[in-house]
Amino acid sequence: MAVIQTADTVPGAGRRRGLDVRSLAASYSTIAIFVVLVLVASFISTSFLSSRNIENVLRQVAGTGVISMGMLLVILTGGIDLSVGSVAALGSITCASLLTSMSLWSAVPISLLAGAALGTISGYFVAVRRMPSFVVTLACMTIARGIALIVSEGRPIFMGDNGAWLNDGFNRGSILGIPLPVALMLLVFGVTAFVLRLTAYGRLIVAIGSNGEAVRLSGVRVTPRVFSVYVISGVLSALAGIIITARSGVGSPVVGIGMELDVIAAVVIGGASLMGGRGTALNTLIGVLTLGVIGNIMNLLNVPGYHQEVVKGVIILVAVLLQSSVWPRRA
Amino acid sequence: MPDEQHRPDRGMTAADAAPARMDVEMIGISKLFGGVRALDDVSFRVRAGEVHALLGENGAGKSTLMKILAGAHQATGGVIRIGGVQMAISSPHVSRALGIGIIYQELALAADLTVAENIFLGEMSGLVNPRTLRARARRLLDELGFAIDPGALVGSLPLAFQQAVEIAKAMSRQVRMLILDEPTAVLAPPEVERLLDVVRGLSRRGVSVVYISHRLDEIFRIADQITVLKDGRTVGTYPIGDMDERRLISLMVGREASQLFPKVDRRKGEELLRVEKLCAAGFVRDVSFSLHAGEVLGIAGLIGSGRTEVARAIFGADRPDSGTIQVAGRRVTIRTPRQGVAAGIGLVPEDRKGQGLVLALPIRQNMTFTTLARFTNALGMLRRRAERNAAEDVARRTTIRARNLDLPVSSLSGGNQQKVVLAKWLDAGCRIVILDEPTRGVDVGARSEIYQLIETMAASGLGVIVISSDLLEVIGASDRLLVMSGGRIAGSLERADYSEARIMEMALRSAAHVGANHSQPVLTEA
Repeated sequence: MAVIQTADTVPGAGRRRGLDVRSLAASYSTIAIFVVLVLVASFISTSFLSSRNIENVLRQVAGTGVISMGMLLVILTGGIDLSVGSVAALGSITCASLLTSMSLWSAVPISLLAGAALGTISGYFVAVRRMPSFVVTLACMTIARGIALIVSEGRPIFMGDNGAWLNDGFNRGSILGIPLPVALMLLVFGVTAFVLRLTAYGRLIVAIGSNGEAVRLSGVRVTPRVFSVYVISGVLSALAGIIITARSGVGSPVVGIGMELDVIAAVVIGGASLMGGRGTALNTLIGVLTLGVIGNIMNLLNVPGYHQEVVKGVIILVAVLLQSSVWPRRA
Repeated sequence: MPDEQHRPDRGMTAADAAPARMDVEMIGISKLFGGVRALDDVSFRVRAGEVHALLGENGAGKSTLMKILAGAHQATGGVIRIGGVQMAISSPHVSRALGIGIIYQELALAADLTVAENIFLGEMSGLVNPRTLRARARRLLDELGFAIDPGALVGSLPLAFQQAVEIAKAMSRQVRMLILDEPTAVLAPPEVERLLDVVRGLSRRGVSVVYISHRLDEIFRIADQITVLKDGRTVGTYPIGDMDERRLISLMVGREASQLFPKVDRRKGEELLRVEKLCAAGFVRDVSFSLHAGEVLGIAGLIGSGRTEVARAIFGADRPDSGTIQVAGRRVTIRTPRQGVAAGIGLVPEDRKGQGLVLALPIRQNMTFTTLARFTNALGMLRRRAERNAAEDVARRTTIRARNLDLPVSSLSGGNQQKVVLAKWLDAGCRIVILDEPTRGVDVGARSEIYQLIETMAASGLGVIVISSDLLEVIGASDRLLVMSGGRIAGSLERADYSEARIMEMALRSAAHVGANHSQPVLTEA
């Protein structure tokens, strides 16, 4: 008996150590890539580390940062949300057009509800009807964009006086020296990190993405939890749309075109697995910042816009390659 | 075989080395999975052109042995000789090149492709002319005596024909030894006849056939030789003429009852569970039984006899087709696992890694999925210390051996992983616990601890159902036994009347005639 047990535990022990090293390397590889990038950037351009430039980068990523937390939840369950950019546009247009006739305190909540509504559609078809999230959110992506274009008649909408605070108070304002849009992104990040680490909901989201059937067979209701992540993603997308609107002062139906790809890239650079069950809020935030810094360096170096796209794609590939080569392969 | 089936550069050197006469000898084969010895010094010889039946209980090692021949597993020890030449079958590719074909129970066909495309799938490259492909397929099918349209979609064919397509696919590769793993399990009687004819035809052409089946009548009609395995060892090889059914069953069973099972004197309490006329999964019919507090009810039967389907339907993992369930005298509706848990039922599923555990997550978290609400405050926050204490307590009671409960559950041995799945239900308020294959892939030491746990649960007044393919396990652990066959309860035995031979007879004998009802289940694509 003793012999059998030794034989049985020894390979297990080896595997365990291997796994630890790998996951350690993976969680640091996200940070390592980011640090290297920042170092390279500060060598290349003296203005990179200026507080003005840093603030600029942070402001630019505030929208993606907010959306990425919703996307992280969706991806943790093993799904994907392609509708985020369009829902951001819907949020932007809803908010701006409501502000022409309503107060800020009505317009913003209603815009967030619009995002929630789109998320509810996605959540229903994915969680209840068991349709693939890729297809469902692809449909919602064109629906949301379409509604935004219909409502705005394809034109930008100025926020008017009711929205003045968004542009002045919120966008220009700061708390403890942190611009409010950035502070909002950090708040969303903090809440997501808290939920994932310390609540039953967060633990179950991760577990469902890792092995939903085992969770279901423990008597846990899986459907409402999967449903909820799409609603959260919808709300956060609309919120991001409002942040972007505050920045420009104009609601636009073309906000967030291609944004879903940036957000997914950020989550993946942050080491999350598209198969679900793996990913953290902190690494996702670093993924967002990594993408932001890449764009910023190229701007500082006056790399033409078209070239930037190519470089960005290459860097995403390299970053994810580093990630995937340190993750253990799973059948 | 026609000339055009000659394939360039695929056979490698192994094909050139393959001898003309395909005698296959496996000598002293052993195989370890982790710490579990699946095969121990097994010898198995098949002469060219013979039909050789391989028999044994579930878990005796038949499939493992055949997977070694097919290159899907590598033997831990032993020698394989083919035509007297020693060979290392290091991969499925080598096995194929040597002329060995295997057809698993789950057919590996592409349902949306035609018969011809499926047959030649492996060698299709570049431009494929559908007409030539079809013509070649027709010639091959004619040669084998199958009246199948090569242009038909495989998914539209009855199962027997699909199996015939698999055989044709193997024959298209000049197979000289064909392994059939329970080929008739899903076939209706007329289809079985057709398959037996095909096997005889193959044998006449000099192809040796290894035939794994639980249907003894088929074996007596078709086999030349019989090899019996038991507990991963060879019992012996016998010419069919020296054998009769009774003797064969006695060779397959009759192991030493071990000391693994605690001696028990249980007191039966009130009725906890009453299942009436349960129908499930399309083929489980009219299953009725009851379970009392403090009782361990065993369910025996072959794989595919409907045991697991019954368990899943009671727990709510799948929706039953019809039937009623009463828990402690109250009629309950169970459509989801959550309702099952609410009714006081827990399930330890047969597939530990796929259904029992979230492998990547810590041991502690895996133990508390069932009780998480208890460790959650009004804000949804986890009270980690309370959770940790509870998990440590349960780990002690279930004798889980782990350095640290925060390690991923995948770091544990099979036995300890299984204890974690059991531990989930210990404090979940269950009155009925169903264990499906509780010791599959579990080493001997952990086994006896799991039996002890089952005993403890029963002693504390729970009703326990143990489902197992291991006869000794159900016999040793249970007070009463149901034997399932072909989706029905074939019989029940009280502890005093237990005998392995009787159980095997119930499980096997009725399989043949109940099989007809079982012929139409939807084929799950492998």
